[in-house]
Amino acid sequence: MKKHSFGSKLFLGLVLLVLYLPIVVVVVYSFNDNSTRIPLAFTGWTTRWYGELLDGKGGYGPALLLSLRVALWSVLLSVIVGSLGAVGMTRSALGFRGKPGRFERFMEAFSILPIMIPEIVLGLAFMVIFNALGVRDNVARLVLAHTTFCIPYVFLSVKSRLVGMDQSLFDAARDLGAAPPRVLWDITLPLCRPAIVSGAFLALAMSMDDFVISFFVYGAGEGTLPLKIYSSVKVGVSPRVNALCSLMIAAVFLAVAVQRYGQAVRKAREKKAAAN
Amino acid sequence: MSEQTPLLRLENLCKDYGQGMILHHLNLDIYPGEFLTLLGPSGCGKTTTLRMIAGLESVTEGRVWLEGRDITGLPPEKRPLNTVFQSYALFPHMNVFQNIAYGLKVRGIKKPEQKQRVEEALRLVRLSGYEKRMPAQLSGGQRQRVAIARAAVLRPKVLLLDEPLGALDLKLRQQMQTELKRMQQEMGITFLYITHDQEEALNMSTRIVILREGRVEQIGTPEEVYEHPQTLFAAGFIGQSNLLRGEVTAVHPENRFTLRVEDVELPVLSDRPFAVDDRAVLCLRPQRVRYGFQPQHQMELQGVIRQKYYSGGMQHTLIALSDRVTVKAVTQASEMDQFQIGDRVYVGWNQTHAPMVPDEKLDEKLDSEAAGEGQG
Repeated sequence: MKKHSFGSKLFLGLVLLVLYLPIVVVVVYSFNDNSTRIPLAFTGWTTRWYGELLDGKGGYGPALLLSLRVALWSVLLSVIVGSLGAVGMTRSALGFRGKPGRFERFMEAFSILPIMIPEIVLGLAFMVIFNALGVRDNVARLVLAHTTFCIPYVFLSVKSRLVGMDQSLFDAARDLGAAPPRVLWDITLPLCRPAIVSGAFLALAMSMDDFVISFFVYGAGEGTLPLKIYSSVKVGVSPRVNALCSLMIAAVFLAVAVQRYGQAVRKAREKKAAAN
Repeated sequence: MSEQTPLLRLENLCKDYGQGMILHHLNLDIYPGEFLTLLGPSGCGKTTTLRMIAGLESVTEGRVWLEGRDITGLPPEKRPLNTVFQSYALFPHMNVFQNIAYGLKVRGIKKPEQKQRVEEALRLVRLSGYEKRMPAQLSGGQRQRVAIARAAVLRPKVLLLDEPLGALDLKLRQQMQTELKRMQQEMGITFLYITHDQEEALNMSTRIVILREGRVEQIGTPEEVYEHPQTLFAAGFIGQSNLLRGEVTAVHPENRFTLRVEDVELPVLSDRPFAVDDRAVLCLRPQRVRYGFQPQHQMELQGVIRQKYYSGGMQHTLIALSDRVTVKAVTQASEMDQFQIGDRVYVGWNQTHAPMVPDEKLDEKLDSEAAGEGQG
């Protein structure tokens, strides 16, 4: 292993500091006993903001539930549309022959466009179209908008998996007697599962996190968690927001840890199986 | 053979991907129990032919008949034919049992019968006890066996094999050749085999179809294509040959000709209608060349030993018939130790084993392939 010079270590330390210092500050301040409007001074340790959060003070509970509800629906819809789209555009994945034609290539570029379009434009566009169509229900508005920008993440993930696969697998399935729908169910989808899962997690993160588009399409009320947090810091940073953000960071860390652990366990199991 | 009804009949089969024909009017009858090999260099259309038979490729023109039934338009899942793919194409998310049972499962065959038939298939390929393994845990040769078992378990009318040994190393390939023959005999299934390896084709096939650029060059038993190549390409592609190019200078009674190669005149026996001045090539297997200090039967020519080398128990000898014409002889090593470079010898061969074919211009790549085989 290469030895790192002092300079490179210092640089790395600085980068990490810049990246993580704000997060550390948020976590530390979530335990700050100072309850003035803009609590800059650290006056002592407390856990009361967490307690208040759990008691439902600040009204974050309903916002979190709304965010989860919207995220789950949009992930579900975007997984269905995105995966089937990717499979359909890789014709050979159904055991059909032929290279992707001009139509497929056009559709592929077209379907990942929502990632490229500035969110502000998308948000505005959704607002206009929903109002014009008379879509009043807030959940429906959010789900439709979120699904749209979530689809490309699933699509790209599944598509790249499909392209990397041995195409004769699908030929083999048909050769063994499976009609195209059966090939999809028995071979294509199971083999795409890791890509679908990782696409779904990306989509989940994008949906939970979205502010700009949600801000435009959401009508009256408190809205999703990001909207709620935004509106509450407008009147000063409540220590409760710090506590909430700390909990979200903890959730992310936990999720990553669980995923890493699962991977390690799976690797170990495979190694053991291979050794037998 | 022609009185039997063919199991599989390819009638006027053509394939065009839109950039010119890659298979030209292939007519072929395959009979029950055959081990038929499509042999040819890459790009000759053999894999395309196989895929059209399997239904994985559309047919541009012509028909595919199976037991008298037109199956040209049938999708692959409805054809009682199964394929062993070059990449094996084992389903990576299924274990060996699930892979082999897949075709049975799709057909709705009950679990107990599935189990029994998978076991039978595994016994056939000698992999009993490997049911629970995942494909990633198998060696190349084992994957290959699973691929064969998976296709064979469905008892296809014809088993289609697309260069199944191509990815294996030489030792394993030779071992699998014997294994494949044994499996075919045990299963009693007709094999349609594809390879670019002429040795493989000669070792295993009951009949060989030599393809070149989408056209049939010759169809025959291994012995026929080896001993009596019909074209220069067939002669060059199969086995080693001295290819002696020249022109016919005399036509004698009883199918006898004289072929002049550079400055040497060779006697030739051929049942093909050559005329004086025809460009022709004599295909002489090195194993057929006889030489010695005394003129024995059929040793009518004279030459000088130019070079000798030993290879794998065989003595290779280059004999100059003149300054410009050299033939190669291959003999059992021990017999010929007495000869030295520079020795004058009598040379000859049994003319019935040295066929003459019309000369033709092969394209450069094929030509060098043919020439390479001839000299090497």
